[in-house]
Amino acid sequence: MARTLMSGNEAVARGAWEAGVSVGVGYPGTPSTEVLENLVKYEDVHCEWAPNEKVAAEVAGGASLGGVRALVTMKHVGLNVAADVLYTQSYTGVKGGLVYLVADDPGMHSSQNEQDTRNHGVGARVPVLEPSDSQEALEFTRAAFEISERFDVPVIVRLTTRISHGKGLVTGGSRTEVAARPYERDARKYVMMPGNARVRLKDVAARDEALAAYGSTADVNRVEHRDASVGVITSGIAYQYVREALPDASVLKLGLTVPLPERLILDFASSVERLAVVEELDAHLTMRVRALGVDVEEIDLPRHGELSPRIVAEAFGASPLSRREPVDGLPPRPPLLCPGCPHRGLFYALGKVRAVVTGDIGCYTLGTLPPLNGMDSCVCMGASIGMAHGVDLAGSVERPVVAVIGDSTFAHSGLTGLLHMAYARSTGTVIVLDNRTTAMTGHQGNPVNGVFIDGSDAPAIDLDAVCTALGAGSVRTVDPHDLNATLAVLREETTADHLSVIVSKAPCALLIKDHHDPYAVDEELCTKCGACIRLGCPAISRDENGRAVIDTATCVGCGQCVQVCRYDAIVGVGPSCDLGGVR
Amino acid sequence: MTMTTVVLAGVGGQGTILAGDVLAKVAVAEGMDVKLSEVHGMAQRGGSVETFVRFGETVFSPVVDPGVADHLIAFEMTEAARTLTYLRPGGTLVVNRRTVDSLPVLIGDMPAPEGLEEALVGEGAIFLDAEALACEAGSPRSANIVLMGAASYALPFEVPTWERVISDRVPPKTVEANLRAFHLGRDACAEGVCSL
Repeated sequence: MARTLMSGNEAVARGAWEAGVSVGVGYPGTPSTEVLENLVKYEDVHCEWAPNEKVAAEVAGGASLGGVRALVTMKHVGLNVAADVLYTQSYTGVKGGLVYLVADDPGMHSSQNEQDTRNHGVGARVPVLEPSDSQEALEFTRAAFEISERFDVPVIVRLTTRISHGKGLVTGGSRTEVAARPYERDARKYVMMPGNARVRLKDVAARDEALAAYGSTADVNRVEHRDASVGVITSGIAYQYVREALPDASVLKLGLTVPLPERLILDFASSVERLAVVEELDAHLTMRVRALGVDVEEIDLPRHGELSPRIVAEAFGASPLSRREPVDGLPPRPPLLCPGCPHRGLFYALGKVRAVVTGDIGCYTLGTLPPLNGMDSCVCMGASIGMAHGVDLAGSVERPVVAVIGDSTFAHSGLTGLLHMAYARSTGTVIVLDNRTTAMTGHQGNPVNGVFIDGSDAPAIDLDAVCTALGAGSVRTVDPHDLNATLAVLREETTADHLSVIVSKAPCALLIKDHHDPYAVDEELCTKCGACIRLGCPAISRDENGRAVIDTATCVGCGQCVQVCRYDAIVGVGPSCDLGGVR
Repeated sequence: MTMTTVVLAGVGGQGTILAGDVLAKVAVAEGMDVKLSEVHGMAQRGGSVETFVRFGETVFSPVVDPGVADHLIAFEMTEAARTLTYLRPGGTLVVNRRTVDSLPVLIGDMPAPEGLEEALVGEGAIFLDAEALACEAGSPRSANIVLMGAASYALPFEVPTWERVISDRVPPKTVEANLRAFHLGRDACAEGVCSL
């Protein structure tokens, strides 16, 4: 294969395919999503989106038990959901190679926290590989399957946003077909009841030592001897920053960071005069290298956010570059709900009933921004429902309490929360924002929309039937573009004497190919009242006289603004001209 | 070690990602080491977007620090001002003469920034009306390729390489319009309109 520009995620998919993987499964989450989206394009690999990371890890574990190689993909917070699986899979070990692709998000470009997956590697006692570019993403993924089978252990390949979404040149190889290992029952290895688990734990301890010894000789770790006056231990993307910032430094580049290759580290430490560790996020290597008794120099690196070549250079004493100061006072440009987004209508109605809104993870989290100011909390996938119930239990809120959760998030971890509300005799309200897709991560299929990862049709769950079966007293569907109807249902259900589910159902605006014609403002009729502005639609702004103006190139004709205008000043116009909106 | 750093800055939906991909592939086609970095996810939803493309003999970091970029290609004037800090002294600044108001401006929480164009002129900016040229080329969505055409004038790559990569990368029905867009952007520079 010729050298090709690939993202780290594309390269992991290629590496898994080359390694003969048979099953790929995951839950979408930025920055990990494109791994499975690319793996599904290869023949000979069966891929699935699972409803959550725990199910995905179980499916992959089952495929491994069945004797084939399996890849499971998720973002860093997804591993918290799958951790229950991983921590015990570590005891059972694997039959077919089992690899977890976990993508961390330093700087939180698209995440709610900044946790460092290497901690899970230590906790679960499984190896962690950290590629530093796309080529290594491919090679380390291949190596991960070898390590998994050789040491009988699930292996984590940890990427970070800059590796996942960064692109570099990759030379690929061909696929190695790996025959399924024949199935045989081995209850003492795979049935983790206490008596068996105690025995397996001894094997885990022996495996830790074997892996540490392996790490001291394996290709994935390497020493680059240059000037011996400064030695740096580093891994992942930080390696690239070290090479750019300190081109003459000697480097111990760790590809396998859990467990620590002790021999290699001690040898490297004794070969350099000063030794420092450069790593992004937690002082993970730093503390573990110090625990070996090695003297690691204290350098001033941030312990949150992303590093960069200059941050590293300046931590080693380089003087700051001369540069233009950032321009002050620029309006920020946060991401926003798209023009025509159905969530906007729902949040507008929620504002009218002055609801306390426990929110969840997805595009609709953007409804928290002004002017909708539509959300009171957002913690993790599925949290909206349990938290709405908890706020209710506190008894301190006089206003309606409403949980808001997307369709994919509801399937991910909302069902059990709703079951609990029913069981706990709640009369609360849960709104499922069913926009027919997993929108935020790029429109993946899910069990609610009934689209499989390859685009084929799959059974879609019947939300009405499921919620009724779980114990909801009523399940009502509203079109959130119809503001009055939505508001009426909200008023009824938030005061009803039973557990209510409202399905706010309208497709994501980005899924609609054939939009309604745009609207425009009749200048004569506009009173500058600002009601339409308060929808927070990016197609609507004020002109220099304070009147509303609609950018016909951006407007997709959803009609929400027409409904909020009491003066009938918003009217239909024909298709937009090509240059509309450019000023 | 010679390395060139280009930063593309714009608003989600303006096509910076495709433009960065085209530039990176052109550099690959001319035999260079290349790294590209961008951030997806939340960024797609109308937020500020930055794409870094670095090429040369060997490229380590995909991430670009302030004061390092040789070229800043801004698809929008507010984003030009926001990302100006990346540009090294003496670097080229190509700016699409357009503003897209962000939500705080649209809803009246903040005033639209004033004097952006003058401030950017003061920083040595070269201006283009990319949307107008894109419409002239026959596809208003090809403004990103107009800007790459302008940038191409300052970059060390052959025109046929650009043409080949653009033809491979854009939707088949839009190849002709995008090639026209590229040349309109490039000619604007060649004719002194943007005097690179």
